[in-house]
Parts: sequence; C-alpha cells; structure tokens
Amino acid sequence: MKNLENLVLRIWRQSGPDDPGRFQSYRIDSISDEASFLEMLDVLNEKLIGEGLEAIAFDHDCREGICGTCSLMIDGQPHGPQRGTATCQLHMRKFSSGETITVEPWRATAFPIIKDLIVDRAPFDRIVEAGGFITATTGGAPEANLTPVPKPVAEAAMDAAACIGCGACVAACPNGAASLFTAAKVSHLNLLPQGQAERWSRVEAMVETMEQYFGSCTNHGECEAACPKSISIDFIALMNKDYLSAKLKNRALISRT
Amino acid sequence: MPILPRTVALWLMRLGLIAAVGVHIHAAYGLTILNHNARSVKYQSPRDYQVANFASRTMRWTGVIVVLFLFWHLADLTWGWWNGTGNDGVFVRGDVYGNVVRSFERVPVATLYIVANIALGFHLFHGTWSLFQSMGWNNPRFNKWRRYLAVGIATIVVVGNVSFPIAVLAGIVGE
Ligand code: HEM
Ligand code: FES
Repeated sequence: MKNLENLVLRIWRQSGPDDPGRFQSYRIDSISDEASFLEMLDVLNEKLIGEGLEAIAFDHDCREGICGTCSLMIDGQPHGPQRGTATCQLHMRKFSSGETITVEPWRATAFPIIKDLIVDRAPFDRIVEAGGFITATTGGAPEANLTPVPKPVAEAAMDAAACIGCGACVAACPNGAASLFTAAKVSHLNLLPQGQAERWSRVEAMVETMEQYFGSCTNHGECEAACPKSISIDFIALMNKDYLSAKLKNRALISRT
Repeated sequence: MPILPRTVALWLMRLGLIAAVGVHIHAAYGLTILNHNARSVKYQSPRDYQVANFASRTMRWTGVIVVLFLFWHLADLTWGWWNGTGNDGVFVRGDVYGNVVRSFERVPVATLYIVANIALGFHLFHGTWSLFQSMGWNNPRFNKWRRYLAVGIATIVVVGNVSFPIAVLAGIVGE
C-alpha cells in the first residue's frame, strides 16, 4: 500500500436543476491507493462537512458493480479510465500523485441534473416499462428443464442481461443515444424462448419509447468501450434487425403461422 | 432500334440518384438536429474518446464537402460554367476527354478533386461499416470482414477517382 499525494479534484457543483453550475477545485493532500474512487469522495465529503461546507452529492449504492447506481464522467470517460468496470470498482491506484482529476455528471437532455453529480435516469424506466418484461401468469415456477435453451443462446442472453442500467452508454455516446441500453434490454428477452410471444411488439415499443427521449445511434462504438459490463454493440444490430422485422411483419396473420 | 429512346435510361438513373441524394440530406439533417437536441448542454470538460474515429465524427462535414463538390463537379464538366474562357480552357459539349484534360491541367482544380474524393472516402468508410449495424446485418461468421469491406470500398472509390486528376497532372493523360 502506498499513498497518493497532492491530488486536485475539479468537481462539477450545481445546487439544483436550475443552477448553471460550475467546476470547483478541491485538494486531497494524501489518500491510500487502495481507496476506491467513491471512498476518496467520501473522505473529501467528510472533510467538507467538518469545515461546515456542503458535501458533494453523487449516486452510489452497492459499491460492487452490480446495481448501476454510480456514474461520473472521470477525465472525459464514463466510469473513468478502467475498461469494463463501474466507478465504484475504480481504485485510486489508477491515478498518480500530483494529478488533476476532473469529475462531471452524465450529460444528456433526457438525464437532467438533480444536484452536483446526480442525474435523473428515469427515461430508462420508461423504456423498460414499454416492453422489458414477459407477460406470464403468476404461480408456481415451471420446471426449468421443460424449456430447452441452446447453450450459446443462453450465454448471449446472459451477456445482454448483464446490463445494470447505469447510463454510461448514453453518457459516452456523442449523440446521446441509448441504443446499447435498449438493445441489451430487448435482446436478453428476444433471444430466449420465453421472450418470443412478445418479441415484435417488445422491440417496437421499446425502440419507439427510446426515440422519444434520446439521440440516434451512428455507430461510433463509444458505448461498448464505456460499458462497465462490456456489452457488445452486436446487440444493437440485433435490435435493429428485430425492429425492421417487426415493422415488416404482417402481424394480422400472426395467428396463422 | 434501341429499346428506349435516347437519354431515357440516363434520366431514369439521374432521377433515382437525385432522389437518393435528397432523401439522404433530409435524413442527415434530421439526424443532426435530433442528436444535437439529445445533449442540449455539452460536456464542460474535454471528452476522452476511446473508439470513435475521425471518419465517424466528421460524417456531417465530409458529407457536406461531397455535396458541394458534386455541384462544382457538375458545373465543371457537365454544364461547363467556368470553362468557357481561359488560354485553351474551352468547354466543348460532348468532348468529354478534352474537357477532363483541360479542367485537370489547372492545379487548383485537380487539388480540389483530390481533397473532395478523400472526404468521400472517409464518408464511405464509416458509412459502409455503419450500414451493417443499422440494417442489423450481423453474423459472427462475417463480422470481422465488415471493416475490411469498408476500407476496400473506400479505397477503390478514392484511388479510382483520384487517378484521373493525377494522371492528367503527371502528363500520362493529355491532349
Ligand atoms: C450534404 C451531404 C451529406 C451529408 C450531410 C451526409 C451525412 C451523413 C450522415 C450524418 C450519415 C449517417 C451517420 C453515421 O452513420 O455515422 C451518412 C451516412 C452515409 N452517407 Fe452521407 N452525407 C451526405 C452526402 C453523401 C453522399 C453524396 C454519399 C455518397 C456518395 C453519401 C454516402 C453515405 C453512406 C453510404 C452512408 C451510410 C448509410 C447508413 O449508415 O445507413 N453521403 N451521411
Ligand atoms: S454503486 Fe452499484 S454499480 Fe457502482
């Protein structure tokens, strides 16, 4: 273990949705390289509170990369410089003494800033509400082996289901598009037998809800690079293909196929 | 007797191309506005892009360059607007070979062609790759070929087009 000395943090402060906001610099004299990025912010916040200043508001919950609550644009990259991890899994050993680290909230019209580094990601809920589920009568769980799923299909569905809904894809996208999120949520169901009944209505509803809030994908690929779960943009292609099929299918005839 | 009267097939193709350009510009404009509005407040600190490349980030600009060039190209070699005067720069309707040589002998004109076609190359490079994703043509068997195809198409178009002004400037093609 060693310590990092003399860090400067440039952090976005914004008292509320209508405040224009600004960067403010804070000094960290010394911090363990084993501290996580969020623990470093905790230490800074304790110091601020001790001085009678207002703590920096940031989102976090599980702190183990599974809930999707943490965010932060760190030095121009969502979730910071480490690939395939969320901000809560980032440690100070990724930085060096004397460095200036810039922290900014996600920026997208659909993700308005609530305070400081916290944004409102509710439009993701609207997308999931539009079709990110299967309709099944409740009751006893059916015998799992009654529905065979080829191993590669199960794995692909699982890769998509790894999405924790953090919004890094939107934050990373130069267009503020939410295609990777939506594609992951569409695909993990559209790939599996249980998702087939609503396959076409699902993709149509989810894509069209997405389009009400977000920009449009032009295939830069930044989302995949930023995703803490490294979800592939292949799922975006899959979603686009299903969307096209959904539009071309004559669903009046669905009862006869 | 030809199947179609003179210039009919030509005009059908031209109308198709003009319509395609119109639809494309309309779509590109809509896309630009949509994506601009999707991030009304920009990032206030510099972004550190990981994979977005020059081609993907300049589609609007390379597209606009190509369209401006297209008009210039038509005016230069189809309508002959500014080739009527000059030392021997005479535009002769129907003398395609002579018109090309006389136009490309002017270094600024040849340079413009080369620059515009390189812009077209970047546009086609990202456009070709983009098309596969947008249409959902995704198959683990050929996915790695998409980038090669994009490079291939862009290279063939750019090298082919740029060979004309270069051949004239180098004196390989002349009157
Ligand atoms: C005003 C002129 C133009 C503008 C503003 C423009 C802009 C754009 C934009 C914004 C895209 C989609 C962005 C992306 O996927 O990253 C695009 C795609 C494309 N453009 Fe253009 N462009 C123009 C002219 C042209 C011309 C003249 C050609 C052909 C010679 C062309 C060929 C393509 C192709 C093949 C694509 C890919 C289509 C797809 O992904 O579905 N563009 N253009
Ligand atoms: S806090 Fe749960 S993923 Fe980071």
